[in-house]
Amino acid sequence: MSLINTTWKHVRRSPYQSIAAILIVMQTFFVVSMFIFLIVGSSRIIAFLESQPQVTAFFENETKQEEMQVLKEAVKQTGKVSATKFVSKEEALKIYEEQNKDEPILLEFVTADILPASLEVSTYKIQDLSEIYTLLKNAPIVAEVIYQKDLVSKLTLWTNALRTVGITLIAVLGISSVLILVIVIGIKISQKKTEIEIMRLLGATSWYVRWPFIFEGMLYGVVGAVVAWCIASGILWYATPFLNNFLGGVSVLPFSPIILLEILAVEILLGILLGVFSSFLAVLRYLK
Amino acid sequence: MIQLENVSKMFGSGAYGLTEINLSIEKGEFVFIVGPTGSGKTTLFRLLIREMLPSQGSIVVGDFDLIKLPHSRVSHLRKKIGVIFQDLKLIVDRTVFENVLLPLEVVGVPVSEAIKRAEELLGQVELTAHRDKFPLQLSGGELQRTAIARSLALSPEVLLADEPTGNLDPTTSREIVNLLGDINKKGTTVLMATHNADIVNEFKKRVVALQKGRIIKDEKKGKYELD
Repeated sequence: MSLINTTWKHVRRSPYQSIAAILIVMQTFFVVSMFIFLIVGSSRIIAFLESQPQVTAFFENETKQEEMQVLKEAVKQTGKVSATKFVSKEEALKIYEEQNKDEPILLEFVTADILPASLEVSTYKIQDLSEIYTLLKNAPIVAEVIYQKDLVSKLTLWTNALRTVGITLIAVLGISSVLILVIVIGIKISQKKTEIEIMRLLGATSWYVRWPFIFEGMLYGVVGAVVAWCIASGILWYATPFLNNFLGGVSVLPFSPIILLEILAVEILLGILLGVFSSFLAVLRYLK
Repeated sequence: MIQLENVSKMFGSGAYGLTEINLSIEKGEFVFIVGPTGSGKTTLFRLLIREMLPSQGSIVVGDFDLIKLPHSRVSHLRKKIGVIFQDLKLIVDRTVFENVLLPLEVVGVPVSEAIKRAEELLGQVELTAHRDKFPLQLSGGELQRTAIARSLALSPEVLLADEPTGNLDPTTSREIVNLLGDINKKGTTVLMATHNADIVNEFKKRVVALQKGRIIKDEKKGKYELD
């Protein structure tokens, strides 16, 4: 009780320093939250793409239905195909209209004629995609083949790059947080030098003097992490309809509350570690 | 209770704070430590609470051998010794009550018990009416009594009072010393540093006189004489 009271008094009596400490921790954890969302989201997209191994072949404009049927049968005969689906010019238009329903200008000049018919081929295994790809690519009636392996590897590349940038950013912010917390708690220790000396003369142990400062650092870590999580989750919640629209059929969002709470728990734990580590450094440096 | 053998304290500048002090104080004694400013009274007290170590000699307080006492156990020693500091060392942004409560908080006395004890102490030094005032709102005598109440919080075996009557009028000084006398009667060993000759002469207790860091006189029922 007395520990909490003392810590609260420390925080209340120098509010600007406390706010600065909380803000820097908050910035760090905001970036951490966004980074986690991005990593979880992109791995879900990749998993989605990988779970649906698919090659899409777009036909030349003048291709006849029978020719398409022949190609479909040829593909099926490989025995590696789980499903095939024709998308006619009309169906392609419907998909296009659905995707762009909010932008009438885009719809105005598009008719079924200018959209190609296509054949979507799914395989049982992602490794078999390249064989199907070659088969489709070599057919004269096929204009273009989209191959998800490219997309997956491109996405993986992007995700890895983002991971490097994210980790670097978090490391820089993390170090800044530690330094600012050390400075803020150091200033507070200096301000209380007389009081600390008196307490020691009255028989206070080193830990009795240290605890409120350690606890204070922990408080900054936890408050910063919780506030950052709330803001980041709020932004994610607000952006979910837009992002869902953007991602089309890939079910990435919304994150389940359990995942969000797990992220919160991890961040609180990291906040505690960050706060305790910083205040411990400050205590070692300023309370000899 | 307190044993000093051949204790000297030399400061960094090379000046001696205390030189070859031999002093033995029994449990329950009341001793005036007298001497002019700079004679080593405060240095003696600082050595007794292990605020610093002597340059040579041995100091034993109760069960504690201060030379061998590890740093981690210094707090145990300080809980046994109440100190009224020369500059009082009250915390200015805490009320009288909170200042008295501090030593009890420090050792982890349960809150309700600590509050009860602090109220009892304030009653003892007649400060109950001023419990919620801050040190800056108190008179000199009230400040002294606050410091006394705080020093008694843990029922110490030894009470060190460093110039507790400095800057106080004769009547208030007498009240303070009477209060220390009452505490002594309850069994606490009291060492009071002073250069107030009237008080020393009036109370007829053991007097240890210091001059330039040396004991020049040690008399039972002594007087304030430095010659």
